[in-house]
Amino acid sequence: MTTLHITTDADGIATFLIDMPERGQNVLTPAFHADLARAIDRLCADDGLIGAILTSARPSGFMAGADLREILPLMEAGLTPAAAAAWVRPGSALFRRLESCGKPVVAALNGLALGGGFELALACHRRILVDRPDAIVGLPEVTLGLLPGAGGTQRLPRLIGIEKALPLLLEGRSVGPAEALRLGLVDALAAPEALLDAARDWLRARPPARAPWDEKGFRVPGGAGPLAPHAPRTFQAGTARLKATRSCYPAPRAILSAVYEGTQVPIDTGLRIESAYFGHLMAGPVAANLVRSFLRRGEARRRAAFGTARASGLAVRRLGVLGAGMMGAGLANVAAGAGLDVTLLDRTAEAAGKGLAHARGQRERDVARGLLPAGKAEALLGRIHPTDRTADLAGADLIIEAVFENRAVKTEIIAATAPLLADSGLFASNTSTLPISSLATAAPRPERFIGLHFFSPVERMPLVEVIVGRATADQSVADALAFVSRLGKVPIVVHDSPGFYTSRVFCTYIDEAMAMLAEGVAPALIENAARMLGFPAPPLAVTDEVSLDLQQLVIDQARADGLDARFLRGAAAPVVARMVALGRLGRKSGAGFYDYAADGSKRLWPGLAELWPVAAHQPAVEEVGRRLLFIQALESARCLAEGVIDDAATADLGSVLGIGFPAWTGGALSVIPTVGRDVFLAACARFAATAGARFEGAPALLADIPGSAGPRRAA
Amino acid sequence: MAEALIYDHVRTPRGRGRTDGALHGVAPIQLTTRVLEALRDRNGLDTGLVDDVVLGVVSPVGEQGCNMARIAALQAGYAETVTGLQINRFCASGLEAVNLAGARVKAGEAEAMIAGGTESMSRVPIFSDGGACYSDPRSNWDTWYIPQGIGADLIATMDGYDRETVDRYALESQNRAARAWDEGWFERSVVPVRDSLGETLLARDEHLRPGTSLADLARLKPAFADMGARDGLDAVMLQRYPEVERISHVHTGGNSSGIVDGAAAILIGTPDFGAASGLKPRARIRAAGNIGSEPAIMLTGPAPVTGKVLARAGMTIDDIDLFEVNEAFAAVVLRYMRAFDLPPDRVNVAGGAIAMGHPLGATGAILIGTLLDELERRDLSTGLVTLCAAAGMAIAMVIERV
Repeated sequence: MTTLHITTDADGIATFLIDMPERGQNVLTPAFHADLARAIDRLCADDGLIGAILTSARPSGFMAGADLREILPLMEAGLTPAAAAAWVRPGSALFRRLESCGKPVVAALNGLALGGGFELALACHRRILVDRPDAIVGLPEVTLGLLPGAGGTQRLPRLIGIEKALPLLLEGRSVGPAEALRLGLVDALAAPEALLDAARDWLRARPPARAPWDEKGFRVPGGAGPLAPHAPRTFQAGTARLKATRSCYPAPRAILSAVYEGTQVPIDTGLRIESAYFGHLMAGPVAANLVRSFLRRGEARRRAAFGTARASGLAVRRLGVLGAGMMGAGLANVAAGAGLDVTLLDRTAEAAGKGLAHARGQRERDVARGLLPAGKAEALLGRIHPTDRTADLAGADLIIEAVFENRAVKTEIIAATAPLLADSGLFASNTSTLPISSLATAAPRPERFIGLHFFSPVERMPLVEVIVGRATADQSVADALAFVSRLGKVPIVVHDSPGFYTSRVFCTYIDEAMAMLAEGVAPALIENAARMLGFPAPPLAVTDEVSLDLQQLVIDQARADGLDARFLRGAAAPVVARMVALGRLGRKSGAGFYDYAADGSKRLWPGLAELWPVAAHQPAVEEVGRRLLFIQALESARCLAEGVIDDAATADLGSVLGIGFPAWTGGALSVIPTVGRDVFLAACARFAATAGARFEGAPALLADIPGSAGPRRAA
Repeated sequence: MAEALIYDHVRTPRGRGRTDGALHGVAPIQLTTRVLEALRDRNGLDTGLVDDVVLGVVSPVGEQGCNMARIAALQAGYAETVTGLQINRFCASGLEAVNLAGARVKAGEAEAMIAGGTESMSRVPIFSDGGACYSDPRSNWDTWYIPQGIGADLIATMDGYDRETVDRYALESQNRAARAWDEGWFERSVVPVRDSLGETLLARDEHLRPGTSLADLARLKPAFADMGARDGLDAVMLQRYPEVERISHVHTGGNSSGIVDGAAAILIGTPDFGAASGLKPRARIRAAGNIGSEPAIMLTGPAPVTGKVLARAGMTIDDIDLFEVNEAFAAVVLRYMRAFDLPPDRVNVAGGAIAMGHPLGATGAILIGTLLDELERRDLSTGLVTLCAAAGMAIAMVIERV
């Protein structure tokens, strides 16, 4: 056996020690399944054995879930639901064999047990969890578009009741030891050194070797089925809530059905129902998209090389942040949280102090919520040094400017501060609109000048666009990638170009909505089409948030800079101009596409119908939605073709993490194979004929994208 | 084909569908027995001539489960040859019972039938049966189950009925029902419910609120706003009606049908049956039918089913003298009147379920009775009954006096 070692003691207790030293943590693999099967055989066959302890030799924990790198190729190759169910069933059956082997088995969870690892524990007759904060347990499969396919949807509700199990299954939330005990996910907690003794003590008492659900007359705690007292909340309102918020995600829905259907029948039938639903999920496009995105996020975080360079030169200890506004203060806060010393510079000491106060407010909230010990918060805030003295930046390893978005202001402060950097120091601009290559000329070493486009609020937004200017050295990019990863953010590399990647694609989203408005599409239809696809903010509403006068400014600047016509936003410019002329600038002016009431509520402005009369014939909501999705896919393909981004993964990550492109699609380029290449091309041809030339050229653009010819279709 | 003739009908008064309602102490089987007894006794009916009893029941579980129609017939002392059948077409059940009975008679498969319905909502609350459409996540999701009040509010939103409009309609229902009772319009058909001592428990509809004012109605809280927001039901509905920005929640307990207990029964037979029994027919069933409509909004079927049934009968809307359109919610009736441009004085002339309540399985049969009584009292000829039903169904029937 390569993954599991068996020892036995004088009491007849076998210990199954899971150990996969070549991996970071134990994961479910075919080899492990084979080893576990042999271990169960031995436990059954050896009359001298009274029971077994299942535990792990790894300090990293008991066991994480399945190996996603092994699963993704299966999913991307395209398998049928039946084949996917057949893939998951042996593991499910093996766990069932463990549960019904006739001898008691206790899971001694010496650390985290997640996904398949926790399902394995659920198939044991008792669970004892080490009482340590990092020992979390849970079933996060739903976040990857899957369900726990080895009994998780069946055993958890039978163990703790449907009403308590559903939130864990549907949100994929993991819990620490105290909550796990309270909810009944584990039977007992033990100190690390007492864990195995606790397990042995339990076995020595010769406990029953049957799961409660294998006892005659077993009833699911709290009841099951349509007449259970909780059914109106769990299944009825529960379905509506899923449909309202996650209608494009098949996994939560499948989990709810697996629980509803499976808990009304004996567990073996329930397991079969579960694996059938699993088959549909694994064979569908959404799970593959979510798994791929998850793996790519990790890869992007670990990436520390660019071109021929590897990050090495720059270990940022001292960070300078210029401008203590919302962005600068958030940056300082996040950097201090990552252990950096931050010099936070603003024009006045008062303004700089406000930045620290912002960070304090955020951290105090974390403390109040129990997310951060108070002492740690103080230590962290102590690393932020607000100042109005430029000289305090001297010797910084990295300076990020986050001052007002104005070329003159930025140029002046770059020239004044970049010379203060340490010798190998790097200068970054957080601009979202100004070309990096031209800003770099204000710095003494343009090769050590780069763009780091953070998103607001920095504390919450995971993405950072690393903008490569004409003069930026590969080493500078590699250093910037390492820095972004250190902050716990996901970097994407974007080459300097108007709007970079995310802003450019985001503009096509709101512009397409404004174009439809001008065509006479009902504004509510536009907004609801976006909601139905899972966009977190509908386009007209989000335009109000970012403000129409800013759009006007961007358009004016693009004209003044003599940019190519495709950057002049022709479809939306007339709408923007009309709204701005009316003083309807968005939420900040209390009026935009929406009217804003004093109580914070808003309604679409009825006057829109006078400016852009609603056409008698309205398009289908699906067609409206396709325009919003596909224009962003096309623009991403153009970014790829123009060399603004280097690969499809960049577009996918950037669109989902930066601008709210729906995660189920896999991202702004993965959406094409997800809906089907021919569906996409046919729609683009239709829109090119009816909506505008911006939808032209799709076939040529797609030819260059690997994977866009994939076989998948959306349900 | 034989004619299906209506000879007589009775109903119980409708008791408030709560634990303090006057009929709460009476089991639904006894309500059913009561109307079967009354129909027999006042007509001197030889029950050996009756083929079958068809009963609409919407929550057929617990003491409304099994088959109340057969058991009530036995309990009422009907001949043991009389069979019983219980059916469920949601709110259309009572009228579907009449429809089915009429069809059997027309087809020559029965000489005489009793059709009706029973619902004791205080004892077997709505949703007691826990159907797949509510609780099975797959069915719920795929078939767009959304509580009907949200659909009623959406109809009001799309048609532009504001709160005052629906409240005014509700007030008119109250006023008409009060007048109908005060002037004795219902006396002929409502049979009091008594206990075992013979003491009267209820002789008059209990749900009415005479003297209600528009201001009283305006004070009531919208019934479906909270659940619409909390459970995401409004958002789900807008996925089906994405041209609507938001649902305006105007329906309240005051302008929606009331929750009540009650039962009704109608005697239907061939002309030969009437002759053999010495009974004079009061009306004939001219046409009937059902239709399915969009299930999310659920309540928009009455106009389409009316068109379908009229077309089948070779009639037009102008051939109908009086209408009974079940007052599930005010907006349902308002939309119906708008669809056919009907004057209010020909629709629900004696009030409706907003004032008097909607005992789910019985209402369709009650409305046939009310319509027939009013056609006779006003000496008119032809009337139409229609009800919307859950999951996007609707039923209609045209009767004419003979």
